[in-house]
Amino acid sequence: MTLAERSATAVVWTIAGAVTIFLMTPLVVTVIVSFGSSAIFTLPPPGWSLRWYERLANLRGLSAALAVSFQVGLLATAASLLLGGMASIALARGRFAGREAILAFLTSPLMLPGLVLGIALLQGLRFAGLRDVWTSLVIAHVIITMPYVVRTLYSALTLFDFSLVDAARTLGCSYPAAIGRVLLPNLAPAFVTSGIFAFLASMDNYAISIFFTNAWTKTLPIQMLNYVEEQPDPTIAAISSLLIGLVLVLLLICERVVGLRRLAEI
Amino acid sequence: MIAALKSRLARTDRIAILAVPALAYMVAIFAVPVLGLLLRSFSGPDGFTLAGYVSFLSDAFNWRVIGNTLRVAAITTLICLAIGYPTAVALSRARGFVQVALLVAIILPLSVGVVVKAFAWQIVLRRDGIVANFLVGIGVWDSPKLLLFTETGLIIGAANLFLPFMILPIYSVLKLVDPNIQDAAATLGASPLYRFFKVALPLAMPGIVSGASIVFSLAVSMYVIPSLLIGDRFQTLATLVGRSFLLMRNEQLGAVTASVLLALALAIVAFSTWAVRREGDSR
Repeated sequence: MTLAERSATAVVWTIAGAVTIFLMTPLVVTVIVSFGSSAIFTLPPPGWSLRWYERLANLRGLSAALAVSFQVGLLATAASLLLGGMASIALARGRFAGREAILAFLTSPLMLPGLVLGIALLQGLRFAGLRDVWTSLVIAHVIITMPYVVRTLYSALTLFDFSLVDAARTLGCSYPAAIGRVLLPNLAPAFVTSGIFAFLASMDNYAISIFFTNAWTKTLPIQMLNYVEEQPDPTIAAISSLLIGLVLVLLLICERVVGLRRLAEI
Repeated sequence: MIAALKSRLARTDRIAILAVPALAYMVAIFAVPVLGLLLRSFSGPDGFTLAGYVSFLSDAFNWRVIGNTLRVAAITTLICLAIGYPTAVALSRARGFVQVALLVAIILPLSVGVVVKAFAWQIVLRRDGIVANFLVGIGVWDSPKLLLFTETGLIIGAANLFLPFMILPIYSVLKLVDPNIQDAAATLGASPLYRFFKVALPLAMPGIVSGASIVFSLAVSMYVIPSLLIGDRFQTLATLVGRSFLLMRNEQLGAVTASVLLALALAIVAFSTWAVRREGDSR
């Protein structure tokens, strides 16, 4: 290696190391603050304590918001896995015109400002006469989860060798049995990862949900932002640390199912 | 022959039906409401009007807001590119434990919510926060300053949140590139600089284009990050949309601002689609 190459390699690895620290900073800070005894976020904390976690038990509105976010996220993810899964099969297998346009359309909410989608849908649902907060949230969150599902399932389906289904049928499987015993097990990893990322996107959404929540029904991000604005103390860091823990568990599941390297392709 | 074609048509048509429920849902719940919002921005008391746009664009404050939005998004994208490209290169060369550690550092923050991270940056960017102490420690600053509620603080937070969206597309292109190409170019006598600009960069370009367009459109549309890291004094198009609907209850202004933001986002999508396709054709 020449000197120039060696110094280029050194620069690349120095930046990569700094980026790793930079990316992990907010997570590490959150966890440290949540276990610290200081109420004013002193870093490093003067002592350690679990009192912020103890306060979670009787924090007003937390468990309700958590329940809303979980239910809405699960329902919206299930709906888009069903709808998006069917659409992905059609797009990957069909030979009809406009497939690329349909794919771009189904994944486009990802690239558009959430706030604008939220307002548009709020006015649309109001026009249609729907005022129920919970139903509106589920309907809206399908738009958030659909792009993740369609993008991942479509690319998994285009890589799947469909002659395997024909082979199973030649060997005596009925068509539904061939789908159930050959196609679905092969695509299970794509279903799991796209479902998890869709669920996390729904759990995290603020910009669309803000238009559909009221004083009684709030999703977790909105309730958390309320806490940040009203009484910023390390209790929020305790909630955040638990969420980071949840994400870690979900990613470990992904890692067991497909491996981290394939996860990076999403 | 004709019979075969007919049966083929019938088969593909049957499969196309599977796309109908998702398509119908997204048209009804996503496309029609967005078109409705666009139409409303053109409607006044006596039908079609451009009055909303005329008054929006003749207000100097709104031009400052558009400027803020584009400036912050552009700087954030450039920073993400400058530190994201080397990181993607490192990730594509890394093996074993180092690769796993890098992937965890990129994917874990990507999956954690924006409110969590923005709140953490509020702590880090305070006058007595880590960044201020670090900069004083290495002698860049004489005394600690407040980074929170400044444009610099906003850009640090935004770059932190969107960086994975730059690294991953570049990485997914780089890992397909044959590493021997670099050696071949070197064997043929290409200098390191020539190799970087004429070999490595063009090969990574599709990833760079898609990463940059994702980061730019996320940065143009971000709402929670500016609300928490810079506050009301600094308005972007997205925070202005939020204010006019949620606080001022001014739906006409909100519809116009939202349409301007939407047009901007669509322009970015159209440009990046065109750029990616052009990259693909020139191969």
